[in-house]
Amino acid sequence: MSDQSAASFDLTLTEEQRITRESIRRFVESHIKPNARAADEAAAAPADFYRQASELGLGLMPIPEALGGAGMARAPISNVLNAEDLGQGDMALAIGALTPLSFINAVLDFASPVQQETYLTPLAMESLVATIALMEPKATFEPTALQTSAVKVDGGYQLNGVKTLVPLATQSRFILVLAALDGEAASAGFVVESAAEGMTIQEESCMGLRPLELCRVELHDVVVPESARINLDMGRLLDLSSIGLAAVAVGCCQAVLDYVVPYVNDRTAFGEPISHRQSVAFMVADMATELEAMRLLVYRAASRAEQGLAFHENAYWCRTFCSEKAMEIGTNGIQLLGGHGFIREHPVEMWYRNLRAAALLQGAVVI
Amino acid sequence: MINLELPKKLQMAQQMSHQVAATVFRPIARKYDKIEHCDTPEELIPLGQMIKGMGGDGKKPESQSGGRASDAVNNGANMMQVLTTAEMSWGCIGLMLSIPGLGLGNAAIQAVGTPQQKERFGGLHCAMAITEPGCGSDSAAVKTSAVLDGDEWVLNGEKIFATSASRGDAVVVWATLDKSKGKAAIKSFVVERGTPGMEIVRCEDKMGLRVSDTAAIVFTDCRIPKDNILGSAEIADTAEARKKAFGGVMQTFDNTRPPVAAMAYGVARAALEITKELLQKEGIEFRYEKSIYNSTAIQAEVYRMEAELEAARLLILKAAWMADNKQPNSKQASMCKAKAGRVGNQITLKCVELCGSLGYGEELLLEKFARDSKILDIFEGTQQIQQLIIARNVLGKSSSELK
Repeated sequence: MSDQSAASFDLTLTEEQRITRESIRRFVESHIKPNARAADEAAAAPADFYRQASELGLGLMPIPEALGGAGMARAPISNVLNAEDLGQGDMALAIGALTPLSFINAVLDFASPVQQETYLTPLAMESLVATIALMEPKATFEPTALQTSAVKVDGGYQLNGVKTLVPLATQSRFILVLAALDGEAASAGFVVESAAEGMTIQEESCMGLRPLELCRVELHDVVVPESARINLDMGRLLDLSSIGLAAVAVGCCQAVLDYVVPYVNDRTAFGEPISHRQSVAFMVADMATELEAMRLLVYRAASRAEQGLAFHENAYWCRTFCSEKAMEIGTNGIQLLGGHGFIREHPVEMWYRNLRAAALLQGAVVI
Repeated sequence: MINLELPKKLQMAQQMSHQVAATVFRPIARKYDKIEHCDTPEELIPLGQMIKGMGGDGKKPESQSGGRASDAVNNGANMMQVLTTAEMSWGCIGLMLSIPGLGLGNAAIQAVGTPQQKERFGGLHCAMAITEPGCGSDSAAVKTSAVLDGDEWVLNGEKIFATSASRGDAVVVWATLDKSKGKAAIKSFVVERGTPGMEIVRCEDKMGLRVSDTAAIVFTDCRIPKDNILGSAEIADTAEARKKAFGGVMQTFDNTRPPVAAMAYGVARAALEITKELLQKEGIEFRYEKSIYNSTAIQAEVYRMEAELEAARLLILKAAWMADNKQPNSKQASMCKAKAGRVGNQITLKCVELCGSLGYGEELLLEKFARDSKILDIFEGTQQIQQLIIARNVLGKSSSELK
């Protein structure tokens, strides 16, 4: 709060952000919303979805021109606006659409110029998918105490361990595997190529985010060259991903609110719309208030990141607050529809299952 | 461009207010909490004069954008007000409310008074009297009456919970011209202290905000000049005009809710800061390293409170920012009041709990903050009234549909 700045407090989008917002929202209306339920049932994104999503150019934006990208500056604020809009369509497809960008952002933030050329050029040319493997199957999982290990061997590193909830791993050209460095306090990232020997990838079935094709990635003596090691700032990566996931959750919570408002106005009980009862109306009021607060926490954290200010505490508050409120909004979304909310005919049960992930998924949406 | 940091200009105002809170309020906060009933604390007199000299007596400059294009983003008087209010509340809300010249009545006169009225009453410390023994949240139900007799209004009735009314120079009183005509007949009147027929019958003994005087006033055939009415004396006769008339009165609350929310934020931040200092002395570190469930229970509680507090702060800033930029902010004003009111109270109470005997004892200010914070979820519209306003707004309902 003590950072000296001449800029005014402002919540207005730039012209560029407004234009992007329009095109993202068009994509959400045409490609995400109509497909969300079917994708959830099929536990798969619609055919060709990720190629279509890549045409939005989100991944291309920050890649340097020399590597085939658009050469725009890293833009956490624009990224959270996009994440929010996509999340309003569907959380799983939103995270999926942002998965290549997450990998790209991590590489841009932490990798050497040579590594950037190696990994970003193919992504810019061929709209390939790449992902990040951070989480591990452990109840008390802590990203700063990874079980997956990287041991220095001749010509590179040998990786061993099990990663979980890795988005789109089966179709990824590159997987950025985060591992503890043997004999060092720090951890590092290692880019593993899809065909790497010793790596097995298996889709996991989860409560929600089903079209995201979350995978378990097992690494048995996988050897990567020394050049695949990316020395990253784990704190920054986690903070950026806390903000990113919270932004997607903000979008989904907005969808919940937008859905329940007409429902409680139309649904009658005891001779009048149920929204005329304070017990119902106050739930809606609280949902709207907490959602607004979530959004502002996300914006502030992202704008600090964009301005190069410290944002660790802001990201932590974002995660703490949004995890709790997102689920509260998710569960109240069903509550307000009563028994109907429990039926898969309505989307609120899907949003409830998806929003549960807001508190636990890490490393998925790096803004 | 989205930016939620504060410009230098506002940070400097914030620092100045903080200085006042730390050097003037904090050292005497406990003393006056004990004294409770007294005249304006002498330590506050120079402060009131200073604020008056700076033109800060409730007058809001139209624009502070300082020569920039008119479509430039404005960080003006409303933001300034919530930020300075928050800082002073960090010191002591009761003392802040006791500063001469900063009464709610001053805000009402500035909002709806004529230039002549602003001239006549601008220099006075004006309290506000709305609540009656029989009506609180339902401010349209006031019974105090005003009848025109020649060149004077004659007021009769009883008002309670009038902040600063016993110390102030004048009171802005809500009264009805004709009870049968409902909301549309409710007008506000400026009654100067010493006017025959106006009697301060008592000052309440309260749980918190003790140094701030809370008066009960009885009006018995109290005669005031005809032009002491704020706004028009006409009673709107169409439904549309009636709605507009009372709506105009209620709109002044859109501007006063964010500052009350800022009080809740300020006192809660004060409590949380003291709590963190105490805990750090006892070896608890706050580094936001591990995820919340791998932190200790006490760390997790502090992190959650900080997040809630930041949420309240940002909602307050947004509501004030909208007002500064002439955007309708009724919903956001209520959102920030609802959120800050409830979390402010929860946080001050939780801080007492976390600090145990140190929190409960009177050696520190934590127990006082917990007593002070409760009223902030009540006055200027209770939590439930804010929820009603937000819900009507979000659901598109009228006050007759969603009661």
